[in-house]
Amino acid sequence: MTSPGGSVTPRRVAVLRAGPQALVTDLGRSGYAHLGVPPSGALDPGALRLANRLVGNPEGAAGLEVLLGGLELRAGVACTVAVTGPASALQVDGAAADSHAPVHLGAGAVLRLGAPLQGLRNWVAISGGIAVDAELGSRATDLLSGLGPAPLRDGDTFPLGPPDGRPVGADVVVPTPVDDPLTVPVLLGPRDGWIEDAVRRLAATSWTVTASSNRIGLRLDGEPLRKLGDAELPSEPVVTGAVQVPANGLPVVFLADHPVTGGYPVVAVVLPEALPALAQARPGSMMRLQPAAAAAVRRSGR
Amino acid sequence: MWSQVIQGAGGTATSFPVATVTGVQLLPCGPDALLVELGSLHEVDAVRAGLARAALPEVVELVPAARTVLVAVRPGAGLDGVRTALEGIDPADAPGRSGQTVTLPVRYDGPDLELVAQTAGCSVDDVVALHSRPVYTVAFSGFAPGFGYLAGLAPELQQPRLERPRERVPAGAVGIAGEFTGAYPRPSPGGWRLVGSTDAELFDPRRKPPALLHPGDQVRIQVLE
Repeated sequence: MTSPGGSVTPRRVAVLRAGPQALVTDLGRSGYAHLGVPPSGALDPGALRLANRLVGNPEGAAGLEVLLGGLELRAGVACTVAVTGPASALQVDGAAADSHAPVHLGAGAVLRLGAPLQGLRNWVAISGGIAVDAELGSRATDLLSGLGPAPLRDGDTFPLGPPDGRPVGADVVVPTPVDDPLTVPVLLGPRDGWIEDAVRRLAATSWTVTASSNRIGLRLDGEPLRKLGDAELPSEPVVTGAVQVPANGLPVVFLADHPVTGGYPVVAVVLPEALPALAQARPGSMMRLQPAAAAAVRRSGR
Repeated sequence: MWSQVIQGAGGTATSFPVATVTGVQLLPCGPDALLVELGSLHEVDAVRAGLARAALPEVVELVPAARTVLVAVRPGAGLDGVRTALEGIDPADAPGRSGQTVTLPVRYDGPDLELVAQTAGCSVDDVVALHSRPVYTVAFSGFAPGFGYLAGLAPELQQPRLERPRERVPAGAVGIAGEFTGAYPRPSPGGWRLVGSTDAELFDPRRKPPALLHPGDQVRIQVLE
């Protein structure tokens, strides 16, 4: 994506430190699942949209998704940045600055983003948006298929687009709350009938988020679910939020970079509005998958 | 399998009511999608093609697989339009050829040719003839961007995967597994028995269209010496 080296040219941003994981992201590349392409994009699209509005970008402009902070950027040109997601410490040239608000960076200023106090991920928008080339209509890094730019590395630089918008005014923007334990509403199906006592077992089990979780899926640990019978499922398409039950009975909740098909039964699907909270579930945190009544979901207008 | 399907569709108090449209099972898949369960690749192709022709504006993903078609709509748009469209589609119908015909140049130099010939009880030359003769149909894509599962494989070549998958299969490798054949768009781990290789660019995200093979396309093989 970028040439290594710290030299900053106008309308570029230098990555002094990338931290544990910083990815270019936007609203993803939906509409290509039939070609085997994952949706990808920000795990909390609302947080990215908000950050973009705060700096005057279109909501779908490319920004960064940052895992556990550790990010240091040097602006090659004066720009406005905003950080959303859970509450996180922000510094500009060593002085404390506010997350969840537009922050001005002069040319050469260094932005430093610390790890969130709770949760895992923040979103960073920069006025003009990150102007790397799009692939299939999106600039998002897809960790499963390798589409989009590689994860940021120390010494990378990336270009910004023209900053033609105007930052919106905002009085108070609330950081994303992080619950532990987390209750995650799911709709049963398509394959709840393949799992023994699916409703009761799902509702009764307290799951632990494991360290092997990533943007492809949250891997859960707990009392394994049991498949009924020996039938094998031919591979079938899966959606974001699908709760797949592999052979070991420990569910995987698919997130944005999920494979488009899978050969294990999907017992339930997480309601879309509950997905952003999954982006903040730290390894070791607890969650419950709560079967929701379809009728109630419909009444709420979904 | 059907007993499992019916079991799988068993309505519990909290799942969507499962509708049956022209004998087709519709399974719930979250609030914005449903999974159409079918009996064969042919039915999958017919339903995929029928829904593609219906061109419903709310549909954002239409994804065929081996025995299912996923239809996803814009969040909140509702699935009534999809259900209505499905009522007008007979899975037994011929899908009507909407796809293109693609010629795939293949060199039969795969490391598993002998194994495949042995399993089929024929010569390597017979394997080449059996594999290159059919006109295949792209049933669906998956595994990796641009990986098309091609249906129409000769029964003799319908063989299991390798007992030990390879850690790295090169881009362009042509393999067989079960009722399918296909070509790997990029290097990856893989368990298919490899019979050949192709230089065709199967997937390029900067190209329009990015994938060489789309569900519904017909594929002919041109044998390279």
